Amino acid sequence: MSKEWPLWEIFIRGQHGMSHRHVGSLHAPDAETAILNARDVYTRRREGVSIWVVKSADITASSPSEKGPLFEPSESKAYRHPTFFDIPDEVGAM
Amino acid sequence: MDKALFEFCLRMGDNTLILGHRVSEWCGHAPVVEEDIALANTALDLIGQTQLWLGLAGEIEGKGRDADALAFRRDAWEMRSVLLVEQPNGDFGQTLMRQYLFDQWQALMLAALEESAEPRIAAIARKARKEVAYHLERSRGTVVGLGDGTEESHARMQAALDRLYPYVGELFSDDAIDSALAERGIAPLPSSLRPDYDAALAETMAEATLSLPENRWSHSGGRDGSRHSEHLGHILAEMQWLQRAYPDATW
Repeated sequence: MSKEWPLWEIFIRGQHGMSHRHVGSLHAPDAETAILNARDVYTRRREGVSIWVVKSADITASSPSEKGPLFEPSESKAYRHPTFFDIPDEVGAM
Repeated sequence: MDKALFEFCLRMGDNTLILGHRVSEWCGHAPVVEEDIALANTALDLIGQTQLWLGLAGEIEGKGRDADALAFRRDAWEMRSVLLVEQPNGDFGQTLMRQYLFDQWQALMLAALEESAEPRIAAIARKARKEVAYHLERSRGTVVGLGDGTEESHARMQAALDRLYPYVGELFSDDAIDSALAERGIAPLPSSLRPDYDAALAETMAEATLSLPENRWSHSGGRDGSRHSEHLGHILAEMQWLQRAYPDATW
């Protein structure tokens, strides 16, 4: 067994109604302690109302070498951006 | 001046002052950065509580001494902190064991003080209690984690408990000041908190696979200032040096 504590990714919700956002990562022996550590490391200045912790090892990430096939095909498809509509002023900010 | 009330505020404030200073000694030295930040947060909470207790003490005394004057210009024999909080940090486990033994007491004390007949004391207790609930969750978790951990961490935690347990009894010793305050409904008799403390400790240590010493003999002489250990003088020398050398210095 490794003596190193596992790495945890930390997600904090800043306000009610907002989504959790990734703020960084830290080490902790278990999930409960990861939450306590996240509280001390990332919410000292009233940044949060909710904390999620996820073991970094449990995250499946896209591979940088697949960047081309994954993302390049969308580059030439400007029509996917809804920028061709005239928005009436009365609608306001969207 | 309400001497009993003044003494009580000193006892509460000096406990958090000395422990806060002790814990702050870890800043930059903890085994991992997460614990370093957590310990610094705890130390800051304790110093914040000190400002409230010693601020109230100065108000009650009415001689113009504020929290800073009381913290930085009293000598060892005037300090009213229990001997437990001036004990050296030792290793990380010993620091967290000391913290747990104190947090568990403080949580019970503050819960009782929320019902104090003195509204200013009840207000401080309400504010501090949330911080202390967190300290307790953290220190208890660490005691359990390290106690029920590896062979080495278990041995260190048992040694820490054996070393520090003889300082626990002082938290629950009653004197004339305590009796006077209890009669007025201002603070509970320290001894009245012992059964709940013992129950909590038994549960924690069982979970941590640690054995509580059977001998309940206790050191005493901190909370009345009569017999502080030599450790306190060293803390004060470091803590008060600037104010002693350059009184009222500002920058």
